[in-house]
Amino acid sequence: MSDSIIGAGPKRIDGQRKVTGEAPYAADHHPDNMAYGYGIFSTIARGTVTGLELDAARQSPGVIDIFHHGHFPELHRSPASMPQGNKVEETRLPFEDNHVHYEGQFVALVVADTFENARAAARKVVVSYQADDNAIANLDQGVKAHGTKKGGDNHERGDAAGSFDGAAHSIDVTYTTPVETHNPMEMHASVASWEGDRLTIYESSQGVVQQRGALSKIFGIPQEHIRVESPFIGSGFGSKLWMWPHAVAASAAARETGRPVQLVVPREQMFTTTGHRPETRQRMRLATDDSGRLVSLRHESINTTSFTDQYVETCGSVTKSLYSCPNLLVSHETTQVNRGTPTSMRAPGAAPGLFALESAIDEMAHEAGVDPLEFRLNNYADRDESQDLDFSSNHIREATQKAAEQFGWHDRNPEIGSMREGHEIIGYGMAACNWEAIKRECEARVSLRADGTAHVTCATQDIGTGTYTIVAQTVSDITGLPLEKITVRLGDTSYPAGPVSGGSWTTATTLPAVAAATREAIEELKGYATSKKGDFADVDSDSLTFENGQLTHDGQGVDYVDVLKGQRLASADGHAHTQGADDRYSYRSFGAHFVEVRWDPGISNLRVSRVVSAIDVGRVINSMTARNQVEGAIVMGLGMAHFEATDYDARNARPVNNNYAEYVVPVHADQPPEVDVILLDYPDLEFNEFGARGIGEIGITGMAAAVANAVYHATGKRIRDLPIFKEKLMENVPEVQSA
Amino acid sequence: MREFNYARADSTRQAVSTHGRNDQAAYLAGGTTLLDLVKIDIMRPEQVVDINRLDLGGIETLDDGRVRIGALVTNTALARDERIQRDYAVLSEALLSGATTQLRNKATTAGNVMQRVRCPYFRDGVSSCNKREPGSGCAAIEGHNRSVHAVLGTSEHCIATHPSDMCVAMAAIGATITVEGPDGRREIDFLDFHLLPNDTPEREHNLKPGELITHVTLAAPLENSRSGYLKLRDRASYQFALASSAVIVTLDGDTIVEARVALGGVGTKPWRAFDAEKALKGQQISEATFKRAAEIALQGATPYAHNAFKIPLGQQAIVRNLTTLTA
Repeated sequence: MSDSIIGAGPKRIDGQRKVTGEAPYAADHHPDNMAYGYGIFSTIARGTVTGLELDAARQSPGVIDIFHHGHFPELHRSPASMPQGNKVEETRLPFEDNHVHYEGQFVALVVADTFENARAAARKVVVSYQADDNAIANLDQGVKAHGTKKGGDNHERGDAAGSFDGAAHSIDVTYTTPVETHNPMEMHASVASWEGDRLTIYESSQGVVQQRGALSKIFGIPQEHIRVESPFIGSGFGSKLWMWPHAVAASAAARETGRPVQLVVPREQMFTTTGHRPETRQRMRLATDDSGRLVSLRHESINTTSFTDQYVETCGSVTKSLYSCPNLLVSHETTQVNRGTPTSMRAPGAAPGLFALESAIDEMAHEAGVDPLEFRLNNYADRDESQDLDFSSNHIREATQKAAEQFGWHDRNPEIGSMREGHEIIGYGMAACNWEAIKRECEARVSLRADGTAHVTCATQDIGTGTYTIVAQTVSDITGLPLEKITVRLGDTSYPAGPVSGGSWTTATTLPAVAAATREAIEELKGYATSKKGDFADVDSDSLTFENGQLTHDGQGVDYVDVLKGQRLASADGHAHTQGADDRYSYRSFGAHFVEVRWDPGISNLRVSRVVSAIDVGRVINSMTARNQVEGAIVMGLGMAHFEATDYDARNARPVNNNYAEYVVPVHADQPPEVDVILLDYPDLEFNEFGARGIGEIGITGMAAAVANAVYHATGKRIRDLPIFKEKLMENVPEVQSA
Repeated sequence: MREFNYARADSTRQAVSTHGRNDQAAYLAGGTTLLDLVKIDIMRPEQVVDINRLDLGGIETLDDGRVRIGALVTNTALARDERIQRDYAVLSEALLSGATTQLRNKATTAGNVMQRVRCPYFRDGVSSCNKREPGSGCAAIEGHNRSVHAVLGTSEHCIATHPSDMCVAMAAIGATITVEGPDGRREIDFLDFHLLPNDTPEREHNLKPGELITHVTLAAPLENSRSGYLKLRDRASYQFALASSAVIVTLDGDTIVEARVALGGVGTKPWRAFDAEKALKGQQISEATFKRAAEIALQGATPYAHNAFKIPLGQQAIVRNLTTLTA
């Protein structure tokens, strides 16, 4: 491989189409005769629909049909299997019956000739409910009413309870995190159309292959009869990994009405019926010996799930292996609440889990009287003790030390509130970050074409992370063709099956398949060149090399285009099917965040003023898009730390701040003036030939803890309940009798 | 779609006569409140009177030193006007702290005065809300009431804050609102324009049916005064105030000669703090004086389950603003 293109930072090859508005997103598709759907969503969180008054809506201009539990085709559930390629998070079908499990659940769907007519008619539908007064609005209410249920991914080694008792230093603290909502800019949308029993659906999806599988199960038709297209996505953050009810509703409505149907999920319902990061409560019990070595670590979490499905937020997934500790317990439980089904949100499990773990490590270090940086260096695991495996590649100590040095950690005065500038008190905090490296099976096809271009297809997606570009870089690296001669097509089930865009596995999964397919195409080309009529008729094909678009032997080169043209061939094609990761090693990515906060007690203002992060994700394929992923995740992490929470009314489980104005995420003005990302760039060649482990998620893990730890250093207040709203840091807030 | 009549007015008189006394009619200026609420089905006008063609886009200094602002002057134009920046810094700063550039480019002076509350229970179309459906109750009082709910001027029928920043600055400066209606032209003191919710929260202002705001006229600037707007919130931009203060002071050495203080984010209307001003006038500048005035400003505030912090936060907004202006 040449070093020029892999690791370089070329700009996104799809960038121009996106910024000029040329790139078609799901709802930009308007098949002939398309109708528009508009949902009617439940306004209670628990109970039953007892009646629907539809007359006024039916007489409303342009209305074609109105679907509801009494008027909807009988469909089948998808069994939600990821290995079988038909996973959905919410298995209940829309309009399956008249039961309501959460506010914002589909209770009816109007289809009309225009969007405006559909919406106006939808507002004329009067729904009557029998509301159940026992709606469960939050985790506390859930645990009190129904207790908890065991979740998966638990782990136990040694005797965590026994070694805790009598240890030199110990802490027993509980952390909570609220519901966070993905809120990608592009709302969920489906455009479904049928020809006979063949369905084509444009969807804003992070996984076209899984959606095809699920639709096949639900509609009882062969996968070959379904095409799911998602060429461009206005991001998903996990909310678009698995298909949600709107896509089923749109597909069924299109079949019943005999017209293509477009259905866009309104912003308010992005908070209800398309997943969210669930609320968590995490009890942390840690103990060390005299020297500050961990001797016991327990991480027990409960997360909220819906009444229809069990979603487990695996908060302790990182806890199992980040630190060396002989006595360890990780357990996950769920409790049911009247909210829609949760789903993965950027770094599921690890994002809330590392808020608790890395806050607790900070508390433990203080309790043991050790600098939190030293404490971590003393306790980081050198191998994965949960699986009894070596790490394929782990540079967390170097990451921590490099970031500490760049940040100036050693200049800090550890005394609380001791560092000031003007009105502001400065706090320094740090936290480790961590994410599993995953590689899945993947297929790809590459054609070297007689017009001098290469054409790549794979049914994975580019969710804004730069997949189009790194796929082109891969082909360019092997063939020597410039990026502008390479076309990449993703996000369409008519291409060879690719992975869901999630778990930070797209790079490690897709590039080896693309590389193998490229080599296959070159082999085919060599076969043509060495055939009887070929340019190298008498040459052994193994002795041919392919460089810069030329086949070469003994210093004699022939442009591959001429090889193809000489035999009147359109292309040389390669198809590859690569497998997932093996289990020789524990494959993980590592890193550390250092954060400076400034707390102005005179106006109760908290801001994050500086971040230095060092990340060990193996080899970096595109330095620009990689840095962009980490910087974006850092900003999302500081939103998690002190802004984000979906508020539910405790009386009736209804989400309150379901819009972009009141659901607060960071804006440009909240960007820390300095964000410094160090990418260590050690290739992990045990993992794949590129040495890349993926980079989308790790940046958000640990950020909230680093901010909370910095806040403690500035203020002396341990905030164990996210987000770190100013009132939690203020003095003299009057007590109010809670209603 | 839900149909409504649309009429474009070419003169104020025509606008007023088209609107008439129809309580189902609405004037359309920048549309940043009206169209927003029509789309979510909270406002359902049957007649929309577009006033954007009217000649109300000017800012002029009157002979008596007052500044008359046309109803259609955009928030951006007003904030960037040289006279406003020079003589009414508090107003320019308040405008620029509000919303986003895109919204400020569309939003107008009169529209800002007329904007509706951000209370989620008002906007959801489902919860009980005395503004939306008089007599149905107030879901916010015992509900989630952290960010857009008030501690001053609340009643058992409504606790929503008035969301404007601009109006808080105008309350401090002093202004009159000129309206034209079926009964002719009249002027309303700015501080009398917005109404406390009391037991009629559906009545938000002192306009009679059909009246159209044509101008807002600012009181002449206080000579040798300094002024500033301080807005406190969670994130640094694009959020309504959790608490804000508009302060104007004139000093003679270290003595406060004149002080005007108004609060945002904490009141059900733009909140002028006259008692706090009295506590400042004639006093030497000192932290203790500022703190006492701030306490007086928030005296009698009623905290709710999630917004009690607005009482100390409102006080901080006053103290820091005064401290900065008198430094």
